[in-house]
Amino acid sequence: MTELPLIGEAVAVAAHGSDIRQLTGAKIGVVTFPGTLDDRDAVRAVRLAGATPVALWHADTTLGDVDAVVIPGGFSYGDYLRAGAISRFAPLMSKIIDAANSDARLPVLGICNGFQILTESHLLPGSMIKNDHLKFMCRDQVLRVENNTTAWTGDYAAGQEITVPLKNQDGQYIADEKTLDALEAEGRVVFRYVGWNPNGSRRDIAGIANAAGNVVGLMPHPEHAVEAGFGPEDGSGTEGLGFFTSVLNKIVGDNK
Amino acid sequence: MPRIVVDVMPKPEILDPQGKAIVGALPRLGFTAFSAVRQGKRFELTVDGEVTEEILAQARNAAETLLSNPVIEDVVNVEVVEA
Repeated sequence: MTELPLIGEAVAVAAHGSDIRQLTGAKIGVVTFPGTLDDRDAVRAVRLAGATPVALWHADTTLGDVDAVVIPGGFSYGDYLRAGAISRFAPLMSKIIDAANSDARLPVLGICNGFQILTESHLLPGSMIKNDHLKFMCRDQVLRVENNTTAWTGDYAAGQEITVPLKNQDGQYIADEKTLDALEAEGRVVFRYVGWNPNGSRRDIAGIANAAGNVVGLMPHPEHAVEAGFGPEDGSGTEGLGFFTSVLNKIVGDNK
Repeated sequence: MPRIVVDVMPKPEILDPQGKAIVGALPRLGFTAFSAVRQGKRFELTVDGEVTEEILAQARNAAETLLSNPVIEDVVNVEVVEA
C-alpha cells in the first residue's frame, strides 16, 4: 500500500516540502469495519504525510507493529443500534483500547464515525446524537485548533483556523455539564466550529482529546483536505494534512 | 417461546431531535392533542426455553452495555413476555 499513485503529487510536495513526503519508516494503521467509507482517503493522507499506511481489518486480533491508528469515517454496521455501537465490540477495538491506555499511549485518531466509535468505547467522554436540524450536512467547515499539544495537532498553531469538509447526520456532540466543564478546564476541547455550528453540538465542540492527548476524535474530515485541488476551495485545501504530519513528527521524535 | 422486552429511552435532560420532528408533524395531520414526543427503542430478545434469573440478569447486563449508551439513554424497562 506504500506506492499509491498520488493525485496532485507535485503540488503536495511543493506545498509541504520534500522532507515530509519521504517515507519515514513510521507505520500508521487504518481500520476498516463493514460499512467504513473513508479508509482509502485516510490511507492516502497517511502516505502523503510520509508514513506507511497499514490496512487493519476490524476482525484482526493483533495491531502488529503500527505506531498510530486512524479510525476513519463511514457507516460501520449501517449505524445500526447507535453509530459506532457495534463496531466498539470488534476484536481489534479491544486491542486499540488497551494500546491507547497503555504506558506507550498509542496515538489514535477517530474521524466522524471513528469519533463515534471512540465515545462508544469510552476512550473519549460524551456521545453524538442526531444533528439538531435533523438533516445530513455536507459542507466545508472552519475549525479553530484550541489545543495544539495533542499527538495529532502539534503542527498547527494554537488558535489557528483550518477549513476541512464536514459530512454527517449524527454529529451533535453532547455530554453532561460536569464533563463539559472538565474538558474545558483540562484543555481537552481540541477543535471548535467557527462561524456557524453545523449540528448544535454543546459549546461548539467539533473534537476532543483524552487526558493524555494521544486519543483525539472529531466529526469533520481532515483526510479529505490533504491534496491541493481536491479539498475545500477556501484556504489551501490541504489544511487537514497537519493531523497526519503532526503524529508522524511525534512518532519520529519519540524514536530519536 | 418467551421473550425479554427491553425498552430504552433518551435521557430526560437530552433533547430528542427525532421526537421534536415528530411532534412538529402531528398537528399537520390533525393530531393536535400532543405537546411533546420522545422516541425510544424496544428490543425483543427471544429465549429458547425458560427465562431463569441468570438469563434475565444477562439481559439486564446486555441492556446496559450494548443496547443502550448510558451517556445519552436510560434502560426504562426489562420484562419477560410469554409468547
